[in-house]
Amino acid sequence: MSILVTGDTRVLVQNITGLEGRFHTKQMLAYGTRVLAGTAPGHGGETVAGVPVFESVREAVEATGVNATVSFVPARFAGDAIVEAADNLIPLIVCISEWIPVLDMVKICAHVKAKGCRLVGPNCPGIMTPGCCKLGILPGDIFMPGPVGIVSRSGTLTYEIAGALTRLGVGQSTCVGIGGDPIIGTTFVDVLSLFQEDPQTRAIALIGEIGGSDEEEAAAFIAEKVTKPVVAFVAGRTAPPDRRMGHAGAIVTGGRGTAADKIAAFQRAGVKVCDSTDETAEMVVRLLAGPTA
Amino acid sequence: MKTHEYQAREILQGYGIPFPAAQVASTPEEAEAAAAGLGGAVVVKAQALVGGRGKAGGIKRAATPSEAREAAAAILGAPLKGRPVRKVLVAQAVTVVREYYVGAVLDRSAKAITVMVSAVGGMDIEEVARTSPGSIVRVSADPLLGLADYQTRELARAAGLAGDQARAFRAMIAALFTAFLANDCTLLEVNPLALTETGVFAALDAKMIIDDNALARQPGLAALHDPETDEPAEAEALKVGVSYIELEGNVGCLVNGAGLAMATMDVIQLFGGEPANFLDIGGGARVEQVRGALRILFHDPCVRAVLVNIFGGITRCDVVAQAVVDAFAPGEVTVPVVARLVGTNAAEGRAILDGTAVVLADTMNEAAKKAVELAGGRPGGSAGLAGPGDAPPAAGGMAP
Repeated sequence: MSILVTGDTRVLVQNITGLEGRFHTKQMLAYGTRVLAGTAPGHGGETVAGVPVFESVREAVEATGVNATVSFVPARFAGDAIVEAADNLIPLIVCISEWIPVLDMVKICAHVKAKGCRLVGPNCPGIMTPGCCKLGILPGDIFMPGPVGIVSRSGTLTYEIAGALTRLGVGQSTCVGIGGDPIIGTTFVDVLSLFQEDPQTRAIALIGEIGGSDEEEAAAFIAEKVTKPVVAFVAGRTAPPDRRMGHAGAIVTGGRGTAADKIAAFQRAGVKVCDSTDETAEMVVRLLAGPTA
Repeated sequence: MKTHEYQAREILQGYGIPFPAAQVASTPEEAEAAAAGLGGAVVVKAQALVGGRGKAGGIKRAATPSEAREAAAAILGAPLKGRPVRKVLVAQAVTVVREYYVGAVLDRSAKAITVMVSAVGGMDIEEVARTSPGSIVRVSADPLLGLADYQTRELARAAGLAGDQARAFRAMIAALFTAFLANDCTLLEVNPLALTETGVFAALDAKMIIDDNALARQPGLAALHDPETDEPAEAEALKVGVSYIELEGNVGCLVNGAGLAMATMDVIQLFGGEPANFLDIGGGARVEQVRGALRILFHDPCVRAVLVNIFGGITRCDVVAQAVVDAFAPGEVTVPVVARLVGTNAAEGRAILDGTAVVLADTMNEAAKKAVELAGGRPGGSAGLAGPGDAPPAAGGMAP
């Protein structure tokens, strides 16, 4: 088992005719993902890598029965693309796009929730269930199937830790990049509760960063509800306050959201916190091997 | 993007939020004239994007126009917390009976806009949260419906207001919320909001932060950006198309991905160095972009070694390696370079760097350790292997 996606997930790519959409559709297909449809207004009737292109999400759903979407729609229209997917009741919406205005995301998250759909992202690398399905831009060759669930606000750090685990011979159940924006559809707590219920997942690596209080909420949730071992890494110990560190959400404001606060919250919750990505992977492997005295 | 106080108050006045009369001045003489025009006592306030202006000497009271000139001369003559001050705001002084805090903020965990008020105004809200947390009252607006009337009623009551004052207070909160939405804010504060001796409210300061992602659709707000507030190297990085923040350490770093860039800074410190910068070249960077980014690092006199850390996905390691080699040719490189390349085209990238002065490392930790060593440990510590004069052998031995 895995979370969020399976080998049967039927995938739509929004803006499939764009540069990124085209490239990653081929990558997803090569990984074995069932990409059944794409959308691109003005390109209906075309194909990309053999995948039929539709004018709208509605047409794509009617013709192919897709039940998940990956959006590469540029920022200006990216929010609208999420709304279109939710209005067509696509249960899983993954938004890779960056630079969506945050006040738009406040409304969109509420709308998606009201429709009963799940949004992952925006500004995220997507979801990977190794050997089975990938929705997004994660490089396939560094992952392998196994027992470790990864949830992360950062794409590259997901790759670092997955790559390190794979080198150590330990695979991953599902890796979820939840995105680096301040307002995101799916949070650490959402993913942790899925991992806790997933029989394949036996240990969890959580990759946080400065800004907001998602990590603190995750720590509280772990203390209360998660029985599987969790190892955390928090990026941004050396980040200066009031500066946005690349990700829109990675900013320490008013003395809140510091790495030190987050690390302390995890430690209080009994979560091991590591100083580097390599150490994080090693710690996960050690905890998987069983409890030590 | 942060706005100056004078910009925020101009915007908020458009929504009916009352401020004391004021004028912006760029010289002591203009400040004097402004004070004369306003009549009576004034407050002269530095327009700089720093917190705690009052404590830092950036806010002065003046009873007469000539005092206003002197205050402006003092404020305009010196940087405030390291920031240049080019303008002052000369505002009519008011007699304050009571100070309140009114603010709206993008609330990440509620995924909503949260409005906060406190009857303890004038202080930094974080400080209020620490010292008298019970005095802050918060309500979150429904993302789709907005702020409801009953919520403003609750806030006014919580602030201890009734009658006309409660009505004025509620109107102000509603105006603040409308302004927040219309201007794509992530933070909008009026602090302090003063109740004056005549029984009316006056906003004595305003703070506005605008969502950078929204500037494309808010050209009027984007035009408020003050280039004086930018670090020159950061402005250069913006042109190159990379995300760069200057810090004070000695190990420069060039990384793809914001998370990895932060983690790289952290391991540099873990091994006893200090990062000189945050630099994310983003995904799929081109040779010219990486060259431009390297140029910024090599021009930073604090940088004693450069760490290139790439986990190639969309970014190709060979492209980054080529940019590094190209940077050596014109003798641009004056400090040792350590590179760790994994992922897309890593083998090609390493082949390009093989036989050059670039030190290759297999892991992020190993790379950071080497870079810190080559930089000579902590900044200000003992002289390291690599002063700016100890450049690696130049072009000849380097070209692929």
